[in-house]
Amino acid sequence: MLVLALDTATPASTAALVEVTPDGLSGIAERRTVDPRAHGERLAPEIAAVLADAGLRPRDLTAIVAGLGPGPFTGLRVGLATAASMGQALGIPTYGVCSLDGLGRAAGPGRVLIATDARRREVYFATYVDGVRVTGPEVARPADVAGLLYGAVGGALPAGLLIRPEDRSTATAAGKAAGTADGPAAGKADGTAAGQPETAVAGLVDRAAGEGALKYGDVFGVPVEEHLLYPPGAALVALAADRIRGVAPSEILTPLYLRRPDAVEPSARKPVLT
Amino acid sequence: MRDEPLVLGIETSCDETGVGIVRGHTLLADALASSVDQHARFGGVVPEVASRAHLEALVPTMQRALDEAGVTLADVDAIAVTSGPGLAGALLVGVAAAKGYALAAEKPIYGVNHLAAHVAVDTLEHGPLPEPAVAMLVSGGHSSLLLVDDLTAGVTPLGATIDDAAGEAFDKVARLLGLGFPGGPIIDRSARDGDRASIAFPRGLTAQKDLVAHRFDFSFSGLKTAVARWVESRERAGEPVPVADVSASFQEAVCDVLTAKAIDACRSNGVRTLVIGGGVAANSRLRVLAEERAARHGIAVRVPRPGLCTDNGAMVAALGSHLVAAGVAPSRLDLPADSAMGLTEVSVPG
Repeated sequence: MLVLALDTATPASTAALVEVTPDGLSGIAERRTVDPRAHGERLAPEIAAVLADAGLRPRDLTAIVAGLGPGPFTGLRVGLATAASMGQALGIPTYGVCSLDGLGRAAGPGRVLIATDARRREVYFATYVDGVRVTGPEVARPADVAGLLYGAVGGALPAGLLIRPEDRSTATAAGKAAGTADGPAAGKADGTAAGQPETAVAGLVDRAAGEGALKYGDVFGVPVEEHLLYPPGAALVALAADRIRGVAPSEILTPLYLRRPDAVEPSARKPVLT
Repeated sequence: MRDEPLVLGIETSCDETGVGIVRGHTLLADALASSVDQHARFGGVVPEVASRAHLEALVPTMQRALDEAGVTLADVDAIAVTSGPGLAGALLVGVAAAKGYALAAEKPIYGVNHLAAHVAVDTLEHGPLPEPAVAMLVSGGHSSLLLVDDLTAGVTPLGATIDDAAGEAFDKVARLLGLGFPGGPIIDRSARDGDRASIAFPRGLTAQKDLVAHRFDFSFSGLKTAVARWVESRERAGEPVPVADVSASFQEAVCDVLTAKAIDACRSNGVRTLVIGGGVAANSRLRVLAEERAARHGIAVRVPRPGLCTDNGAMVAALGSHLVAAGVAPSRLDLPADSAMGLTEVSVPG
C-alpha cells in the first residue's frame, strides 16, 4: 500500500512516500525544505518530486497521512488543504496524526520532551515514554513547560513519566544524576536543590527533540537530539499504519490549533468630536 | 476543447469559499460557503477566522460544485485559483487546495488575479467583453478603476482608493449607526426611506487640486469621519439621529464619486463600455446612478447579477476559461499566494 505523508507543522515542508505492508513499512522517497514562510510554494513541488523519484503517479496512492500540528496556523493549513484536496480528487482516505507524535515516535525508547516553535516565544510540546505520548500537546512559554508538566501530574499519572510536585526536587536531582550522563546542554545554576534552572525538565524526561527544543535548549536543560528536529514522514505513516491496513474510514483533517484566533470585539465607538 | 474549455475555479481571498465550474462562457456550477456570520460580532472580517473557515469548507464546497455541474475532476481541462490580492492566510488555503487537486488529477493550474476575475465574470452573463473597457471594482477590500485592453494579457490600473475601500466605508458607517454587519445591504435598505439630499457629506478627491494627482483615485476615510462627526453632534445636542437620511446621504456621497470618476475614466479613454463588479456593485443606488450618467454619454453599463458581483468561484473559473482559450501558459506548482498581487499580471506566469 503506497502512502503519501505530508507535514507542514514546523518550518519544514515534508512530503514522503512510504510503502505499508501487512507487517511493516519502508520509506521510498522523502523531500524536505526548511523555510517557515514557504510551505505554500514548496510542498506541492515536493510531492511531484517524490512521485517522480519513485516513478509513480498520484493514482498509485492508497492513502494520505497528514500531520495535524500543532504548528503555526498558516503553514499548517497548507499541508492539510493539500492532503484533503488530494484525497478527495483521488477518492482515497486521509488520516490525521499529531505532528509532535511523529517526532516522539522517531525519538524511540526513553522519556522524551518534544517541542516545536510556536512563535511568540512559545513552544508546542508533548512528552513521550518509549515513543508513546503521555502528556500534551500543549502550548506554553518554554520557561513554563517544566511547571506545567509537574502541575499536570494531578491525580492519574501515566507510568514512567509523571511525578507529584512534592517529589520534584528529588526527581530533578535523580534525573540529573542518572538520566543525563553528559549533563544538561546548558542551564544556569540558580540555587535550586539540584543546581538545575527552575525551568529544567530533567526530572521528567531524559532528553528532548524538535526544533523548539533546540531553540530553547538552555531553558529545558536536557540533551537535545539535534538530528531530530522535524517530523519524519515514515514516523507519521507508522502512527496511522493500523488505520491504513484496516482501511479505516477517511478522516476530516482538523488542525490542532491549541490557540484561539486573535480577534477582539470592537469597543464602544471612539468620539471624533473634541 | 480549446474553444469551450471546462474550467474549475477556486476563490478564498476573503471570507467566501467559492468553487465554480464553467464550460467556455457557460456557468455550470457556483458553490459558495461564507464565514460572514462568524465575523459579524467583530464588525469586520477577521483573517484567522476566515482562514479556518476556508479549510473546513473547501472539500464540501468542491463536492457541491462537482455534483451541481455533473462532472468529475477528471473531466476538467484546468484548475484556476485566486492567487491574489487578498488576505494572505486565506488565499493560501485555496492555493494549496488547488495545487492538491491539480496534482492529484494531473491538470494544469492557473493562479489568477482576483480583480481581473471580477471583470471576467461578467462575460458569463453578458457575453464577450468589448475591449477596451473600463472596469470599476468596488468591494469591502477594493475600490479600483481599471482599463481592460485584453483580459487575458494585462489590465491597466487607472486609480484606486488611497485609504478605505468603498465597502469598508459602508461597514463602518453601518456600525456607527448601530445597524450591523455587513454594512452594504443594510445601508442600502435603510437609505430607501431617507432623503439623499438632506445632508451634504464630502466627496473625497473631487476638488480641482485633488484631480491633478488623483483624478481616478478614491478616498472614503474622510467621508466616514464626517458621518461620525455629524451623528455625534446630533447625539450631543440630544436630538434624534435620522438614520434613514444619514444612510441615504452617505450612500449618495459614495455613489456620486464612484460613478462620476468611472464615467470620466471611460470618456478620457474613449471607452464605450463600463463594467462594475465587487460587492458594492449590488448597491441599488450605484446601479441607477451609473446607468443615468452613462446613458448621457452613450456608454453601456454592464453589471453582473448580485450573486456574481460578490466573491465567488465562478469568476475565477471564468477568467481561467479565458486564459485556456487564449492559449496562455499555466502557472507552476510553486505559484505563491500573493496578498498584494498587482494587476500587471492577470495570471501567475508559468
